[in-house]
Amino acid sequence: MTQVNSPHPGSPPTAVMRVSQPRKNVDVPDGLWLRCPTCTQIIYRKDMEKALNTCPNCDHHFRLSAKARIALTVDAGAFEEMDRNLVSCDPIEFTARKSYRQQLLDASKGGKAKDALISGCGFIKGRPVILAVMDFDFLAGSMGAVVGEKITRAIERATQEHLPLVIISCSGGARMQESAISLMQMAKTSSALSRLHKRGGLYISVLADPTTGGTTASFAMLGDLIFAEPKAMIGFAGPRTIANTIRTELPEGFQRAEFLLQKGFVDRIVPRSELRSQIARAIDYCSR
Amino acid sequence: MAKKKSLKHQDKSEPEIQAAVSHQPPPPSSGSLAQSSAVTVAVPGATTATAAPEPPRNPPVGMALEFEKPILKLERQIYDLVVMQEQRGVDYTPEIQQLRENLTALIRKTYQNLSPWEVVQVARHPARPQTRDYIDMIVKDFVELHGDRRFGDDRAVITGTGRIGGHKVMLIGHHKGRDTKEKIGCQFGCANPEGYRKALLKMQFAAKFGLPVVTLIDTAGAYPGIGSEERGVAEAIAVNLREMSSLPTPVVCIVIGEGGSGGALGIGVGDRTAMLQFAWYSVISPEGCSGILWKDSQNAPDAAAALKLTSEALKKLGVIDEIIKEPLGGAHRNPRAAADSLERFIDRTLRELRAIPLDTLLEQRYQRIRCLGTQTIAAG
Ligand SMILES: [Zn+2]
Repeated sequence: MTQVNSPHPGSPPTAVMRVSQPRKNVDVPDGLWLRCPTCTQIIYRKDMEKALNTCPNCDHHFRLSAKARIALTVDAGAFEEMDRNLVSCDPIEFTARKSYRQQLLDASKGGKAKDALISGCGFIKGRPVILAVMDFDFLAGSMGAVVGEKITRAIERATQEHLPLVIISCSGGARMQESAISLMQMAKTSSALSRLHKRGGLYISVLADPTTGGTTASFAMLGDLIFAEPKAMIGFAGPRTIANTIRTELPEGFQRAEFLLQKGFVDRIVPRSELRSQIARAIDYCSR
Repeated sequence: MAKKKSLKHQDKSEPEIQAAVSHQPPPPSSGSLAQSSAVTVAVPGATTATAAPEPPRNPPVGMALEFEKPILKLERQIYDLVVMQEQRGVDYTPEIQQLRENLTALIRKTYQNLSPWEVVQVARHPARPQTRDYIDMIVKDFVELHGDRRFGDDRAVITGTGRIGGHKVMLIGHHKGRDTKEKIGCQFGCANPEGYRKALLKMQFAAKFGLPVVTLIDTAGAYPGIGSEERGVAEAIAVNLREMSSLPTPVVCIVIGEGGSGGALGIGVGDRTAMLQFAWYSVISPEGCSGILWKDSQNAPDAAAALKLTSEALKKLGVIDEIIKEPLGGAHRNPRAAADSLERFIDRTLRELRAIPLDTLLEQRYQRIRCLGTQTIAAG
C-alpha cells in the first residue's frame, strides 16, 4: 500500500490503490508483438505501452481498463479510491441464459474489480481532482445501481469540496440486468450534476471508446467540457439498431468522435497523450 | 360536461356494460376514440343490453390478443343472443344475464393472472387510449403549443396548456398515433431530439409561470435514426433529466402505456411517478433484451418476466410511487373509466404537491431520485 497524499485531510481515505503502469488489457493479446486493428501493422508491445496504449504507427487508441486508465491519468504516487466495496445485490434476481449473480461473480473473479467503475481522488499535474473511470472489462462498462451510486457520490463530493470532477466514460450503457433500477441511475447521476452545476463546479466529461446508451444520455453528455478520444464510438442507439430501423447504410464515420465534433456535441478531440495537460489547463481556466 | 358527469356516476358499475362492446376496431383517427367509445357509455340505471346500441364489429385480424380470444368469443355469443332476441322476439334475458356474469368472471380471472409478456401486449393494444385521447377526455381548454424553436416540431411529443381537475397545467406526452398516417407522422411515438427539447422548452415556460407539469409517457424508446444521433438525442435526454430534477414547479409523471428506456425517462423525472396498471417500464424492451441476452428475439416473453417491468414489480422496487388502477379488462375496454382514474390521480397529486413550499418540494424531489437503487447495493 502506498502512502496517500490526500487532498482532503478531513476525509479519511477509504482505500488506497497502487498506481503502476498497466501491463495488460483486453484488446491486446499477450506477447511481445501485436497487430494493430486499424493499420494492421505489427507493433512492438513496449512501444505501444510507451505511447500510452496507442499505436505508434497510426495513433489507434487501444481500450484501457479502468485501473490502467487511472494510472495514465493521475500523477504518479497515489490515488485514493472511494467506495471500492460497493456491490450489487441483484435487485430483480435477473436470469437469462446465465444468472446475473453468476455474471457478477465471474466478472469479479480473482479479486478484480467489484463493478464497472473506479472512483476516487488524486492529482492531475498537481491539481486535485475527483476522478471516476468506467471499466469496460466489467460487464461492458454498464451502469447499474453501484456505478450510479459511485458516480453520484463522486459528484456530491466534488460539489461539497469544490473540486473539479473528471469522469472518463467507457460503457455500453445502462445495465439490462438491473432493468428499471439501472434506468433510474441516469436520473440520479443527472440530478446530482444539476446541483454541481448550480454551485458552479467544474465537470469535465471524457468519452472513450465506446460510450453509448444510457451512459451517453445522462452524465456523459452533461460535462461543462466534453472531450473525446480520437475515433471513439459515441452515440445513443446502437448502429445496428439504427441500420435495422431505417434500412439504409450508415454514413462513413457515423457516431465516431470526429462526427460528434462536426455535429457540435463534443468540445475537443483529445488524444490520450494530451489528456492530462488539457485537463490541467481547463482546471486553471475555470478556477476563480 | 353533462355527458362527462354521467360517466363518472357509472364508472363503478362498469365491467358488464363495457365488456359487451369492447372489441371495436381502433377508431380511424386520434381524437375520435373518446367519441366512438361513447357508444360504450350508458346513462345511470341503464341495462346492459341498451349499453350496446350498435352491433359490435369483429376486430380486424391481429388485433385480438391471444389470451383475450376466449373473452372475445364469449362476447360474440352474448352479442349473437342479443341480436337473436331482437329478431325473433324471444326473451333470452336469463341466458344473457348468465353469460354476462360468466364474461365478467372470465375477464377478471384473465386479467388477474396476466404474465409480464401479456401485460406488454395490453400496453401495446391498438385500441389502448393514447395521450391525445386522454387530452380529449380529461384536459379542458387544451391549447397545443408546437416546436422546439431550434429545429422543428416533433409530432411524437404533444405539449400544451389546459386544465385537469382544478389545475391549470402544462401537459407533455408521447403520442403514438392511431391510424397509419398519424402513426407515421409521429413516428409511432418515438421522439427525435427536438421532441425532448420541445418538452423542455414548454416545461421551462410552465415553471416560469407557476404551472405544474404533467407528463404522459408512452413510447417504445427514442427514435433510432441518423438525424436523431446527428442532432444529439443523447444530449437532449440528458439535459432533460438534469433540468427536470430541479424544475421549479411540481412535476407528475405517468407511464400510460409503454415506458421504453431513456426515451421514456426523458420526460419522466419529477416529484411523483405513477404507472397505469397494465403499462410497462424498463431499461430495454423485452425484444431488445432477448436479442442481446438470448441472442434472438424469440425469448421476449422470458425477457419480459426477467426485466420486472410491470407496475406491480416496480412499485415493490420503489421505482414508482403509485399504480393507477385500470378498469376491468384494461384501459382499451373502457377508455373513459381509465381516463377518470387518471384524472383523479393527477388532481389529487397536484393538490398534494402544490401545498408543499417550492424549496421543500425540490429537496424532496432530489432525495427521492437520490435514493433510487441505493437499497439494492451493499458493501461487499
Ligand atoms: Zn495502427
